[in-house]
Amino acid sequence: MAILLNKDTKVLVQGITGKEGRFHTKLMLDYGTRIVAGVTPGKGGESVEGIPVFDTVEEAVEKTSASASIIFVPAHFAFEAAIEGIEAELELMVIITDGIPVLDMIKIMSCCSCRGKKTTIIGPNCPGIIIPGESKLGIMPGHIFTPGEVAVLSRSGTLTYEVVDQLTKAGIGQSVCIGVGGDPIVGSKFAELLPLLKADTATKAVVIIGEIGGEDEEEAAEVLKQLNLPATAFIAGKTAPPGKRMGHAGAIISGRKGTAEAKIRAFQKANIPVADSIPQLVDLTKEILNYNKN
Amino acid sequence: MNLYEYQAKELFRHYGIPIPAGEVVETPGQAKEVAQNLNSKGVAIKAQVLVGGRGKAGGIKVAFSPSEVEQKAEEILGMKIKGMAVKKVLVEEALQIVKELYLGVTIDRSKRQMVILLSDSGGIDIEEIALTEPEKIIKLNINPYLGIMQYHWFKIFSHLITQPEVKRPLINIIKALVCLFQDKDAILAEINPLVLTKEGKLIAADAKIVIDDNSLFRQKEVAKYQELVEEDLLELKAKQKGIPYVHLNGNIGIIGNGAGLVMTTLDLVAREGGSPANFLDVGGGASADKVKEAVELVCEDKKVLALFFNIFGGITRCDEVARGIVEAFRKLDLKMPAVIRLAGTREEEGRQILEAAGLMVEREMELAARKVVNIARERVGG
Repeated sequence: MAILLNKDTKVLVQGITGKEGRFHTKLMLDYGTRIVAGVTPGKGGESVEGIPVFDTVEEAVEKTSASASIIFVPAHFAFEAAIEGIEAELELMVIITDGIPVLDMIKIMSCCSCRGKKTTIIGPNCPGIIIPGESKLGIMPGHIFTPGEVAVLSRSGTLTYEVVDQLTKAGIGQSVCIGVGGDPIVGSKFAELLPLLKADTATKAVVIIGEIGGEDEEEAAEVLKQLNLPATAFIAGKTAPPGKRMGHAGAIISGRKGTAEAKIRAFQKANIPVADSIPQLVDLTKEILNYNKN
Repeated sequence: MNLYEYQAKELFRHYGIPIPAGEVVETPGQAKEVAQNLNSKGVAIKAQVLVGGRGKAGGIKVAFSPSEVEQKAEEILGMKIKGMAVKKVLVEEALQIVKELYLGVTIDRSKRQMVILLSDSGGIDIEEIALTEPEKIIKLNINPYLGIMQYHWFKIFSHLITQPEVKRPLINIIKALVCLFQDKDAILAEINPLVLTKEGKLIAADAKIVIDDNSLFRQKEVAKYQELVEEDLLELKAKQKGIPYVHLNGNIGIIGNGAGLVMTTLDLVAREGGSPANFLDVGGGASADKVKEAVELVCEDKKVLALFFNIFGGITRCDEVARGIVEAFRKLDLKMPAVIRLAGTREEEGRQILEAAGLMVEREMELAARKVVNIARERVGG
């Protein structure tokens, strides 16, 4: 069993005719992703890598029954593209685009909520989701992943590849890997994905790769504890200089949360080991897997 | 992008939010002139800098005659506050304060909404109050499509602000601030304090606005402030080129892709005993040209003794990055020692390009960090 995506999921690519869209369509096809359609307004009738291109998401869904999409369109147009996907009631939408204005993302999420949350949104500014050995809806280098029992959730892109590369080399495979994105407003937070992983028979443990800012890690620690889901964690940015402060409002909203120390404390309180380096994260993950086998 | 107080107040005036009478000036003589025209007993002279704590640092003074204004403006204009030279001061009428409120609009990441924060215990201790007496701060989540609803006003006036005479003006200010927030793609718009004066008026004594950098493509009006705002020359250059760059104090120039990986690289270099000169994220899908620009930028910092590239390819292709590095070294005729750590998409092609150019390539991040820290240490010693 896999979550959100599997080898049979029919996928459409929004922004398929752009440079990145073309490049990653080829890589996703090579990995085994079942891409059935592309969408670029004004380019309907063309084809990319043998995949038919449509003008609208609605038409693409009608003709190919795609249920998931991946968005590569530039930040200026990403708002439109995302709303189109929500209106077409896609089940899964991955937004790769970075640089989307925060207020646009708030509107996208409000629209999704008002529509009954039929669409699970991953991203923006993220590497996407991969079910190793089955399908990938994202830009991660497929060759570093290997099927297995550990789910990797991360707010970063490249740092995730780093961790996965080392997990794979240590013989620890992955059931799924999701980069939730690094922007202030993301479609799916760690805490919202964890119940899916708890229900997933393929997943035995979770690796959380967090970073400073926001309170997603604190929320995740709480939920992991409630679900009794084995996990390890790593936090990036321990030595980052305190950023230029954002007035008082940021501090009023987050209180004492958001710093590396606060996040590490939250995980420790939930009995989740926090690694100091990536090699140590791999070792800790190996330990909890062995512990749960015995 | 942070706006200066005087820029934020310019926007406030535009949106009908009352601000004290006054003007921004660059010389003590101009300050005196403004004071003469103010018709106010007390005059506040406020340093225009983007760092917090300027009051404590002596960057805000009150004077009672035009010549005293001139003298105090001269003191402030020569100052450095947390390393930032004061180039402008705002000269304003001093308000007769009866009460200080706090009003802010920002992003609530957790609820994925805008949020209005309001308290009748405004002033410099507002963060402490948020922790110790959270009931003194009202939080109202605002849906971007629906805006402020009637029940929000009931929530405000039944719990917190009880003086009937401030209700109407306060409603107008909150509406205007939310409007400005959305129009200008702000991620913070804050008035602290919002002063209730002896005359019974509400006036924004201070103003803080942060604009979402991602929105600058459609905020041309605000984007023109940019050149006036950045105080670090390298950070300004980086911003104009669209490269996320933070200037730090060390001697190892860091270039990586992805904020998380770059932050981890900084952590790692620090752990190995080194000192990063900067944070630089070339981002996803970095082209050879972009990498070249990044190298140029980092090397403009004269403190840099060694470069550390940490690249893991996803949307970024290692061969593109490698070409950018080689080109940058050739074009700038760089003799700077560099450790290049490369892994991921098209790693092998990238490695071949770099090795053909005689550059040092590593695959393991920890080992690469150790090497670059040692190189920097030797260069300091030599």
